[in-house]
Amino acid sequence: MTATAAQAPNPSISDTFYTSLFEVDNGERIRACLQCGTCSGVCPFGYLMGFPPGRMIAYLRADRFENVLESDTVWMCVSCYACTAVCPKEIPLTPGLMTRAKEELLLEGNVPTELQDALMNSQRYGNPLGESPRKRAEWTKGLDFDIPTFREAKRPVDVLWFVGDYPSYHPRVQLTTKAMAKILRVLGVDFAILGPEENSDGDSQRLAGERGLFEMLAEKNGKAFGKYEFNEIITSDPHAYNAIKNEYPKLGINFPVQHFTEFVADRIDELKPHLKDIGERRVTYHDPCYLGRANDIYDPPRKLLGAIPGVELVEMTHNRTNSLCCGGGGGGMWLDGFQWEKAHVRLSEWRIQEAVNVDADILAVACPYEPPRFEDAAKMVQGAGRLMVKDIAELLADSLKMEE
Amino acid sequence: MNIVVLAKLIPDLVEELEIDDSGTALDMTWLRLIINELDDHAIEEAILLKERTGANVTVLAPDIEGVDDILFTAAAKGAERLIKIVGDYESGVNNHALARVLTPVMKDLQPDLILVGVEAHEDLDGSIGPLLAGYLDLPFIGYVASIELEDGKATATKEYPGGLSVEMEVTLPVVLGIQVAEEPPRYVAVSKVRQAMKTAEIEELEAGDFDLAGGPTIDRMYQPEVSEGATIIDGSLDDIADSLIGIFKELGVQ
Amino acid sequence: MNKDILVVIEHIRGEVADISYMMIAAARQLAETTEGEVLAVLMGSGIENLAGNLAADKVIYLEDPQLANFTSDTYQQSLENLIRENNPRAVVLGHTSIGMEVASLLSAKSDLPLVSSCLSFSGENGSVKFTSQLYGGKILAEGLIPEPIALLTMVPGGYKPEDGQSSTPPLVITAAAPQFADLEISVKQYIEPETGDVDITSEPLLIAVGRGIQLEDNIEIAEELAEAIGGVVCASRPVVDQGWLPTSRLVGKSGYQVKPKVYLTLGISGAPEHTEGIAGSETIIAINTDPAAPIFNIAKYGVVEDIFDLVPVLTEKLEES
Ligand SMILES: Cc1cc2nc3c(=O)[nH]c(=O)nc-3n(C[C@H](O)[C@H](O)[C@H](O)COP(=O)(O)OP(=O)(O)OC[C@H]3O[C@@H](n4cnc5c(N)ncnc54)[C@H](O)[C@@H]3O)c2cc1C
Ligand code: SF4
Ligand code: SF4
Repeated sequence: MTATAAQAPNPSISDTFYTSLFEVDNGERIRACLQCGTCSGVCPFGYLMGFPPGRMIAYLRADRFENVLESDTVWMCVSCYACTAVCPKEIPLTPGLMTRAKEELLLEGNVPTELQDALMNSQRYGNPLGESPRKRAEWTKGLDFDIPTFREAKRPVDVLWFVGDYPSYHPRVQLTTKAMAKILRVLGVDFAILGPEENSDGDSQRLAGERGLFEMLAEKNGKAFGKYEFNEIITSDPHAYNAIKNEYPKLGINFPVQHFTEFVADRIDELKPHLKDIGERRVTYHDPCYLGRANDIYDPPRKLLGAIPGVELVEMTHNRTNSLCCGGGGGGMWLDGFQWEKAHVRLSEWRIQEAVNVDADILAVACPYEPPRFEDAAKMVQGAGRLMVKDIAELLADSLKMEE
Repeated sequence: MNIVVLAKLIPDLVEELEIDDSGTALDMTWLRLIINELDDHAIEEAILLKERTGANVTVLAPDIEGVDDILFTAAAKGAERLIKIVGDYESGVNNHALARVLTPVMKDLQPDLILVGVEAHEDLDGSIGPLLAGYLDLPFIGYVASIELEDGKATATKEYPGGLSVEMEVTLPVVLGIQVAEEPPRYVAVSKVRQAMKTAEIEELEAGDFDLAGGPTIDRMYQPEVSEGATIIDGSLDDIADSLIGIFKELGVQ
Repeated sequence: MNKDILVVIEHIRGEVADISYMMIAAARQLAETTEGEVLAVLMGSGIENLAGNLAADKVIYLEDPQLANFTSDTYQQSLENLIRENNPRAVVLGHTSIGMEVASLLSAKSDLPLVSSCLSFSGENGSVKFTSQLYGGKILAEGLIPEPIALLTMVPGGYKPEDGQSSTPPLVITAAAPQFADLEISVKQYIEPETGDVDITSEPLLIAVGRGIQLEDNIEIAEELAEAIGGVVCASRPVVDQGWLPTSRLVGKSGYQVKPKVYLTLGISGAPEHTEGIAGSETIIAINTDPAAPIFNIAKYGVVEDIFDLVPVLTEKLEES
């Protein structure tokens, strides 16, 4: 694999693929790969992958990308950015190499059925769960106050709350959504949601190799954003945050966005007077990949937790940049059975074990994938019976409730 | 070898269905339509046969909102020819009418094999496959789960309840009602479908008038009462067991 | 005026399918309104004995080697003949892999109206009303059964099989099948379901075990129940994760989407990842000790009991009957 080969009249599959990687930001850095293997070593599923990043690069250089396409172990990649974070040559392995490889596998039709279902659902209904798009705002029904949609509000609104897929539909995650609604209300934020006009952010679909679907979903959201007047977007979903912040602008969709934890951390002084003691709790915080490693947001969530009276914050062995992935990213949320078959272990269970090891009462999270994943995992891990999984929004809402 | 697949769009049960003011039909305003899942399997089976035998695949569908998407998706999977049947579907159509309209169309296309989903959840006047076979004077086998083609004959595996299946041989041409394709319908990347939209062409054929004879008239449509939450069965263990057995019998599983 | 009701008896390899008895029960009710008789049609070779417990006024038994195995063309031609000879008010067939295709073929070839997916019938001043189940059971449609002769296909649920059975054997009239013409379909062989490799997506009755089963050895109580009732055991993820049942039995988001007539859960809480896979079930029955388990929100019937108490009793009763 050389630059001259790439200019040959009939470039090989490896050549075409290799050059396509240069289109990703800083993609050309791949040329500098040292073959040090650090990436494959840090990868949570590296030992199960036929082609962890380093080896995939070696095969590309050897003009043998065909072998990669025949393997299905690329689907073990949960797009956690761990490899990208450690690579000494700062090669964009997650958004570049791994995602592009999944795109190729997807075009070849080499896709596990579970993932196909989620992609099909996203295409059809605008959400990977296959729920009715008309019911996207149904979660608001159980609240004792109204959540306006832009269509109803018919006026400029300060904040567009991009609710997201799991927060809208998943019964467990809806609890965190309601908690967040309550906090916004206490803060007196002027906000509205898109309701049925909102579509999946598409980021996990993109990282699962479905770029076309991502673009389609992004265009729909972009259109909806464009219809209304607001100052900024907030979301509790780090995947949506990542999409709107880093990916939508490349498609010409430019809107300022903040993660819920950033937004509230900026207003913590307003909230503090309302926060009451929730009782002594040892709380540990799981850095979601798309808040932490992918977007460098480590402190706002900790700031919020620190503001809750009664909370004692303890760190797990893996935290911040070297946080452990829950296994839900990059399509992992829709590859549970496939990955279990190969690994017979769940990344979420490792994480629960770490929380148990620091003797935490509560595992605090800030991503909608986590509550169902970690609660499910906690049932499987010895000694995790006492551990509660709570979104930071839920903990804040609990603390607000103490006031009532 | 010419394979023609017939695909229909039907109401998506993900959305709540509502009855219109007449009380005899579904309210179309909120209806979302999707390809009949079994027709999607029929398309997949056709593509698999194409890959194995080099057959030509034509996909045919009534021109209802959303039809272009399903036809282009079929093209992205490998179908060569796309046809939509244009007609006044809003004034009402049933399977008898559709089968009558399709009869001359099929005669023109001269397929060796016609594949269609074995049923659709909206069928009130029978299923379209055997109706079409009847009008065309062709044999029909339904609940098919796999097909082999050889020397002007097809061998189809038909499924019976409980896992038993039977291999039937039939001379071509034949209409086969597909229950499940040999592989689950493949996913095609959105980019490929978008590509097909640029390159593939959809032919249009006129349906003419619909003759609904053969289907019943609906005097009333309604939703069965669904109780919120489960009906709790209590009593002694004996009573509960008896009640459960009664329920099993009523539902026809015991 | 046509009065009689023809019922096409379905049987596979020497066994009458339950739907046949339900159809006879329905036909009895229809015949009351039309003041006619119930004529059961049994087609096959060497299976006269199957007529024994049919609660019909008469059984027309067509004996022919060509009818030994079901094919749509022989059935259609035989029935075309019988309809001409008997002039019935209605012909009742199963909405099944046998009846459905025969009914539609007949409708097209003999130009007879067809109403499918009938759940029940009711008589009103001489005319007969059908109630059909459409859109996966989400909608019911009613109308009058077309005159003078109608083909009807039936789904289970409206009638009990017992009501189509009788201890006094009916009058059996053996007749010859018609001269079959242009038969294109021939049966080559039956393929038995592979044991150990069941396809839970096509099973009509599933017994689903969850973490409530506690131990691998306890799976047996579910297996015994399944055997007694003729169902198949499947599971939620924790059970499969432990390796107590193979992945081929996993129901849910990461496993299979199932659509049985009855889905009976033993100790399953009803997490959304699990229930995603059972939305297509016609009836869900849940047994769980926790009355607040979410599974009760989607189940049609619920029992708040310990599975270890209830299931053995249920199995025993099923074995007795
Ligand atoms: C990405 C992802 C994918 C997943 N995919 C799937 C999937 O495909 N399929 C799946 O099933 N799960 C899946 N899960 C797991 C799911 O979230 C739940 O954890 C799981 O379904 C729970 O299984 P359960 O109901 O058997 O166990 P539990 O939730 O532990 O429930 C056990 C129930 O048994 C009851 N019980 C206990 N003892 C008795 C007794 N003696 N008699 C009667 N009742 C009793 C209890 O009251 C309780 O309700 C997935 C999770 C994630 C995060
Ligand atoms: S992104 Fe994570 S899972 Fe994927 S290759 Fe890198 S380290 Fe492994
Ligand atoms: S860590 Fe970076 S330099 Fe080292 S092998 Fe991986 S990609 Fe190459």
